Amino acid sequence: MNNPTEYLPRSYHTRVSTYWWLARWAYVKFILREASSVFVAWIVVVTLLQIRALTRGPADYAELQNSLRSPLLLTLNAVSLAFVIFHAVTWFNLAPKAMVIRLRGKRLSSLAIAAPNYVAWVVISAAIAWILLRG
Amino acid sequence: MHKRSNEPFLWMLFSAGGVVSAMLMPIHVLLFGLAFPLGWLDAPSYEHLLALVRHPLTRVYLFILCSLPLFHWAHRFRFTLYDGLQIKHLNELINTFCYGGATLGTAVAAYLLWRIP
Repeated sequence: MNNPTEYLPRSYHTRVSTYWWLARWAYVKFILREASSVFVAWIVVVTLLQIRALTRGPADYAELQNSLRSPLLLTLNAVSLAFVIFHAVTWFNLAPKAMVIRLRGKRLSSLAIAAPNYVAWVVISAAIAWILLRG
Repeated sequence: MHKRSNEPFLWMLFSAGGVVSAMLMPIHVLLFGLAFPLGWLDAPSYEHLLALVRHPLTRVYLFILCSLPLFHWAHRFRFTLYDGLQIKHLNELINTFCYGGATLGTAVAAYLLWRIP
């Protein structure tokens, strides 16, 4: 089958460099934010490995904890922590931009919309730590 | 007739996964990835953790923690490849890799959590 658009004149496109996002800090931040998703996926993988090791028994679990002490995995997890914190902060700060809330006709400030996210973050994190550290 | 787009649904998964990873992941990786291995805090015992993951609520929690962030990853990673590397022509392959990977990971999570004795 012939593509009907094949013989039409094409519009002019300049080639954008693969490294276009290095031109400005705002673009770099955008790409870093997107890249955080790779570390999110990595944390899921580690969590799944932990669940598997727990199911397999104490010896397997101890072995996995040992590998988590290797410099490579410690570094990877430290970088992952930095990226998920970056993701969390950019995500929470996005909320005021995504929604406009009016109270008695006045627009609620960005801080008032973002703040509950941070409060929830602290409370939830503390609750998880408490449940884990009880035993 | 237009084919109905599934983009809104995928975007919803992305967004829900974004909230879950922002709220829950930092503390998880801080504790299990750094604080416990480096001995900053005493790691919980094997028995305590096993008792925790046996609880149905923990299983639901872990399923959410693993599945939604994978769809969050799929969506973002797809657009990183589109915009960052400008490889739009590999569209189909990228979609299959991203959403296929997220679906597979979700299935693995369900299986592992189901199998806990």
